Amino acid sequence: MSPPPHVRRRTRTSPETFRLLSLGDSAVTIEFGNAINPESNARVIAFAQMVSEQGWNGILDIVPSYRSVTLHFDPLQWDAAALTKKLKTLPWEHSPQADPQGLVHEIPVLYGGEWGPDLEEVATFAGLQVAEVIALHTAMPYRVYMLGFSPGFPYLGLVPEQLAIPRRATPRTMVPAGSVGIADRQTGIYPTATPGGWQLIGRTPIPLYRTASHTPFLLKPGDLVRFTPIERDEFDRLSHLNRHENA
Amino acid sequence: MMDHQPAKILVLKSGWLTTVQDLGRYGYQHYGVSVSGAMDSFSTIVANRLVGNPDQAAVLELTLKGPELRFERDTVVAITGADLSPSINGHNVPMWESLAIQRGQHLSFGMPHAGARAYLALAGGVEAPLVLGSRSTHYASKTGGLHGAPLKPGDILYSGTVRPFVTQQIGRRLPVPLRPRYEHSVTLRITPGPQQNVFGNEAPTTLTGTTYTVSPQSDRMGYRLAGSKLVRKGPAEFVSDGTSMGALQVPSDGQPILLMADRQTTGGYPKIAVVISVDLPFAAQLAPGDRIAFAPCTVAHAHTLLRAHRAQLDADLPPCDSRSQLIPPLNHRHESF
Repeated sequence: MSPPPHVRRRTRTSPETFRLLSLGDSAVTIEFGNAINPESNARVIAFAQMVSEQGWNGILDIVPSYRSVTLHFDPLQWDAAALTKKLKTLPWEHSPQADPQGLVHEIPVLYGGEWGPDLEEVATFAGLQVAEVIALHTAMPYRVYMLGFSPGFPYLGLVPEQLAIPRRATPRTMVPAGSVGIADRQTGIYPTATPGGWQLIGRTPIPLYRTASHTPFLLKPGDLVRFTPIERDEFDRLSHLNRHENA
Repeated sequence: MMDHQPAKILVLKSGWLTTVQDLGRYGYQHYGVSVSGAMDSFSTIVANRLVGNPDQAAVLELTLKGPELRFERDTVVAITGADLSPSINGHNVPMWESLAIQRGQHLSFGMPHAGARAYLALAGGVEAPLVLGSRSTHYASKTGGLHGAPLKPGDILYSGTVRPFVTQQIGRRLPVPLRPRYEHSVTLRITPGPQQNVFGNEAPTTLTGTTYTVSPQSDRMGYRLAGSKLVRKGPAEFVSDGTSMGALQVPSDGQPILLMADRQTTGGYPKIAVVISVDLPFAAQLAPGDRIAFAPCTVAHAHTLLRAHRAQLDADLPPCDSRSQLIPPLNHRHESF
């Protein structure tokens, strides 16, 4: 059964559904909706894609986040007024209505132990057995809402309410590459070793950021990620394989 | 006799923080890749033009305490930005003009007299691998530059291809009226930020009516400022969105952070205001203990100021490359979403 017309209209990108927020003389943020949900984020990604396809000279970056897109422009070529005018000429009515054109990625994770030192704590927080936490974390695919924090770091969501543990009070000074963490309703993967405050529940041997590659980033906004639990020998085998491929 | 071989430079002392930078790594922020690039783009562009480079060539950014470098070949250089007392073989040398350095000579630096960041351009540009379209060092993510890190003693630097007749650049200088003067107290003009409305009505007046001090917890990512507290209206929740250089984000303690070149691409703190582009090179020259007054400005006026400033620079020191476009179009640089 198709949804009633007013619902359908709300998932379509149109000039009426965004707010322009000034971010200085060389960037502007276009905000869609107020909440974190797949519908707002789908509008965000559709809009980012539409602007990207125009290939406008002097648009330096198009940065989607949960519910907004920030356009960075060369202030010698553009100003916010000219850009706003141009945005209104876009083929909004032909923009993709919503999702999902993104790829689905299966990400193997070795949960717990030295690879996921906070798994027990998450289980205690949730009032569950460790195995139940893993089952819950791997139960459904997560949306890549945005990338940020460090090169290739995906903000995935939404994590089941029960697992929504807050960040650690004191961030770790170094989180190993591949670590899978939870922070509130978000889950994410650290592509490179960085400091970090998320609760670490496991680690993936799959590289998310390969500098030397022609396609350095595994994930992009709008993709889906499904975690699958693996054992130590499979983790070691895949780690070895990826090291070999990178060499 | 000056030849046209690429420069070769041995790093004897690294200085406090010396990195390879160009005008930034654009085109990958949607993958979480920080822009980085020179903190002071004006001094970078001038240094490059003085030695006959395109504006976007890579330079060295020197911070407060400069390095000691031994030149293994005759090289044309220019030093701009902060006055860190540059000298060649112990003799003071002028800034904001191109200089010849002979094979075997040492370039070193002394006391910082004004400003915090100096820029050293080499004819041919500093050579480093292009990573995601840029040579800029973002050391937090170990990206770009020389192995993703600041210079260290023993490193060897090369320039790119030096064009013929480079020696004709020697003595080229930036007219004195265009040279910035760096003070320990500056006024930075700001436009309203995207989340100004989450602050109390008095917050913009607090911001522009008092002064803020650059705290010691300041680096290329951002400056933590100390001063009057900027109070939010309520305990609202914020959803991360895009950041920009010059944005003033305010954590719950009410003390603003001025986001600079190495900022993260997105951030979850509300942004009350943004420093205008023409003033950012002055922000780049601040050191801990320096003071900032903020003055209100409109976005339209910010554009007028920037364009007038650039037009004057182009008239007095034209770009050395007919390709005025700094960065190739977005769709040529990376796959789409």
